[in-house]
Amino acid sequence: MIEIALIIGFACFSLALVLNLYRLAKGPGIADRVLALDTMVINGIAILILYGMWEGTAVYFEAALLFAMVGFISTVAYCKFILRGDIIE
Amino acid sequence: MTLLAEILVSVLIVAAGFFGLVGSYGLAKLPDLMTRLHAPTKASTLGIGGILIASMIWALMSGHGFSSHELLITLFIFLTAPITANFLAKSHLHRRIERRESLPAPEDGASWATFEAPEATHRDEPSSIAAARLRGEQE
Repeated sequence: MIEIALIIGFACFSLALVLNLYRLAKGPGIADRVLALDTMVINGIAILILYGMWEGTAVYFEAALLFAMVGFISTVAYCKFILRGDIIE
Repeated sequence: MTLLAEILVSVLIVAAGFFGLVGSYGLAKLPDLMTRLHAPTKASTLGIGGILIASMIWALMSGHGFSSHELLITLFIFLTAPITANFLAKSHLHRRIERRESLPAPEDGASWATFEAPEATHRDEPSSIAAARLRGEQE
């Protein structure tokens, strides 16, 4: 039963990634693109954890944690650059 | 007991997938950035939260023991999502020059911090030293 649920979860989050890619390509503003990237990171974390359950290991949680951190830092850096023209003042 | 846990894990995964899909559909569908900002919060709270709870129950069930990594990820995402949304809204306001006049004036005659131009500083100068230098030039 869990296998079927995992396949449904993979399908949902993959479709979500495609929708984010559409928003990333279409824009229209810089902030929309940054938001699309941030949501892509969130969906990527979900797919990583689902894949860890699929494979039956706990190794992918470290990768998901790193993904969450790098995604947050990159979003804040992008926004800081839009706001101030500089990342570290 | 095992069947109950399996049902719970499956339901949580499917619900989380639904919320993740709804969040990204809203991101693609809604008309402007301030409305688009609220859609992916469903994906980041309910979607990720559901997946992580499912994964915790699954790890307990399949003999990996209780793991706290999931709680760490949930805590980190719950802490950082509002900060990210605030930064995105600020940068959106900053870029949307034509609507500046429609904002209400802040108290005490101050201005909106996001519209203030950065002070002219040397590139590698920390802002505290730059502020002291500018004060010295004024006096």
